[in-house]
Amino acid sequence: MSGDHILSVDRLSMRFGGIVAVNDLSFGAERRKITALIGPNGAGKTTVFNCITGFYKPTSGTMQLTHDDGRAIRLERLNDFRISKQAKVARTFQNIRLFPGMTALENLMVAQHNALMRASGLTFLGLIGAPSWRSAEQHAIDLARTWLERVGLVDRADEAAGNLPYGDQRRLEIARAMCTEPALLCLDEPAAGLNARESASLSELLLSIRAGQGTSILLIEHDMSVVMEISDHVVVMDYGVKIAEGTPQQVRDDPKVIAAYLGTDEEEAIAVMESGT
Amino acid sequence: MNAPPAVSIQASHALGAAFIFKKALISALVALVLFSLMIGVRTEAGPTGQLIYWTRFGDLAAMVATVFGGSIVVELLRQWWGPVGTIRVVPTNVKSALALARRGIAPVLLIFTFLVPVIFYDQRYILDLGILVLTYVMLGWGLNVVVGLAGLLDLGYVAFYAVGAYSYALLATNFGLSFWICLPLAGILAALWGVMLGFPVLRLRGDYLAIVTLAFGEIIRLVIINWQSLTGGPNGVSGIPRPTMFGIPLTPGDDGLAAKLGIEFSPTHRIVFLFYLILALALLTNWVTIRLRRLPIGRAWEALREDEVACRALGINTTTTKLTAFATGAMFGGFAGAFFATRQGFISPESFTFQESALVLAIVVLGGMGSQLGVALAALAMIGGFELFRGLEQYRMLVFGIAMVLLMIWRPRGLIGHRAPTVFLERSQAISSDLVKEGHG
Repeated sequence: MSGDHILSVDRLSMRFGGIVAVNDLSFGAERRKITALIGPNGAGKTTVFNCITGFYKPTSGTMQLTHDDGRAIRLERLNDFRISKQAKVARTFQNIRLFPGMTALENLMVAQHNALMRASGLTFLGLIGAPSWRSAEQHAIDLARTWLERVGLVDRADEAAGNLPYGDQRRLEIARAMCTEPALLCLDEPAAGLNARESASLSELLLSIRAGQGTSILLIEHDMSVVMEISDHVVVMDYGVKIAEGTPQQVRDDPKVIAAYLGTDEEEAIAVMESGT
Repeated sequence: MNAPPAVSIQASHALGAAFIFKKALISALVALVLFSLMIGVRTEAGPTGQLIYWTRFGDLAAMVATVFGGSIVVELLRQWWGPVGTIRVVPTNVKSALALARRGIAPVLLIFTFLVPVIFYDQRYILDLGILVLTYVMLGWGLNVVVGLAGLLDLGYVAFYAVGAYSYALLATNFGLSFWICLPLAGILAALWGVMLGFPVLRLRGDYLAIVTLAFGEIIRLVIINWQSLTGGPNGVSGIPRPTMFGIPLTPGDDGLAAKLGIEFSPTHRIVFLFYLILALALLTNWVTIRLRRLPIGRAWEALREDEVACRALGINTTTTKLTAFATGAMFGGFAGAFFATRQGFISPESFTFQESALVLAIVVLGGMGSQLGVALAALAMIGGFELFRGLEQYRMLVFGIAMVLLMIWRPRGLIGHRAPTVFLERSQAISSDLVKEGHG
C-alpha cells in the first residue's frame, strides 16, 4: 500500500454467528481521492461501511483514519456517534435516512449539531439569546444554504424532506453529510434509483466535493457508469474478500471481477478462485 | 387532487341500496349473536341459591333493530360525507377565515386567561377550575418535551410531579424553606430523578420503554407510601406552607398583603395569586420549550424522534440527548408538583396515581404531539370539558368517551397535528402530520 491514505483498513473481519460477512479485508482510501467499493449483492460492502462508521464492532482487524494534520484515529475503538464527531467520518444510507418530518434546511441544521451545541454554550447561552449564539446560528444557516445551492435544492429548503422527490432526497442526504464537515465521506449506493441524468449530476457533485472541499470519498456503488467515471481507485469484493483492486480500467479488465459479476462455468470459477487465493 | 374522490363518490353511489342493506343485515346478524345471551336471556340467583332465568326477546329484537337501523344511517352518513381523507373544496373566504382563526386563537386565549380572575373574581369555582386547567396545561407542556418532541413514550410522568410536590412539602415543613427557594430545588430534584429514570431505559424502545416508565411511576408512589418516617406514608404531609408574595404572606394578619396595601382582606386574593403563579409557571414552560425547539438540543430531540440511526451517523450523542429530554420534562413536572403542594397545603400518595400520568399523556396525544397550542386546548377540553359534563352525572364518562372517539376519527394526530418548522429560509410552511414520525420510544 503506497500513497497518502486517509483510511487504512487492515485485516478487517466481521462475523455474525457462523456467517463470515467480511473476511480478512485490507484496503486503503487515498486522501482527496474517490475510492469505490464494488461487488455483487451480498459481497459484504455495506458491512464494511457499517464497521467503518461504527454501527458494527468488527470481530478483528484495524481501521486507521489519518487526518490532514497527521492525527491518527483508530476507528474500531470509537463507538457510534463519536466516529462522526471526533473522527469526522460522515455517511449516507442505502435506503435514505433523512428526517422526513423536518424541512430540508432543518435536516442540514441537525447535521451541524455538535458545532452549534458548542456555540450555544450547551444550550444556556442560546436560551438567553446571546449575540455569539445568534451569529453562530446565522453562520450555520449560511452553510446550510450554501449546500442547498450546491445540490440545487435551495428553492425547496422549507419543504419537508419526506415530501421531496427521490433524487432530491438522495442529494439532500449527501448535503446533510457534508454539513458535518467530514474528512471522509462514505456514500452507500448514492446513485441507486436515479435516472441517467440524475446520476450524471451526482457524479458532477461528487467530483466538485473532491475538488472544492478536499473531502476524501469512499463509495459503494452498483452503477458502473458512475464508478468508472469518477473513481480514482476501485476495490472489488465478493463473498467478504477482496478479489481485485486498481484503477477503474484495471478492474474492468480483471477476469476475476468479470467472473464475480457475470458468473462463469463452474470449472472456470474454481480455476479463477484458486488462482486468486 | 380533486378528480379521484369525485369518481369514488360516484362509485359508492352506484353500489346503492343493495350494498347498504347487505351491510346492515350483517351488522344485525352479529348483534343478534352477541346480544342473544347478553340481553336475550336474563339469569339471576334465586332466594335459595338456585338459578332463575327468563327470556327477554322483546328487548333483543329492539336491540337488533336498532343496530340494523343504525348501520343504515351510518352508511348513508358515510356516503354523504365522502371517503375519509378527501380534500374538500372549501371556499377561499372560509379558508382565509379559518386561517385567521387559527392564527388568532393563541393570543385570544392568552388574553382571556389573563382576564379570568378579573371577570370571574366572585366565582371561586371558576377560579379553582382555572388553576386546575393551568396545572394540567403545564404538565402537558412538560410531558410534551419528552413525548411530543423527543418521541419517548413516558407513562410514569406523575413520578416527577410527585417528586416535585414532596420536595417542596418536605423541605418547607422540615427546614422552613420558603416556596421561592424550594421551587427551583423541586425542579432540580425532579430533573435528577428524570436522569435516573433515563439511564436504565436508554436502550429500550416503544412498548418496553412505556412499561418501564409506567413501573417507575408506581415505584415512586410505593416508596412514598412505605417510607413512613420521611413521607408520612399514606397519611401524607399536611400543614404545607402557603406561598408568599415574595415574602409577604397572603393572610389577614397585620403583616399580610391586604394590610400592607390598606385594602380589606379577602381569601380570594390568595386564589388570584395562585392563578397568576401557575399561569406564570406555565408560560415559563411554554417559553422555554419554544426556545429549546429552536436550539440545537431541541432539533436533536426532534431528529431523534424522526430517525435515531441517522442521528448517530451525524455525530449526535443520543444518550445525552435522551437524558436531557427526560430531565427537562421532569423539571417542569417538578415545578408543577411544587405548585400543587403549595396550593393544596396537603399532599398524599393518592394524588399521584397512574391515572394522573394517563390523563397528562391523553392531553398531549389529543392536543397533537409536539404542538404547544394543541396541548393547551386539549387540557382545556379534558379538564374543563369534564367539569362541563358534570350535570350529566353517570353519563359523563360515556359522553366523554364518545367525544374522544370522534376526535380520534376526525383528527387522528390530535387537535393540531401539523408541525411548524423551527427555522426557514423564505417562508415557514406547516409540515403535514403524515410526514412527522411519532418516534419509537
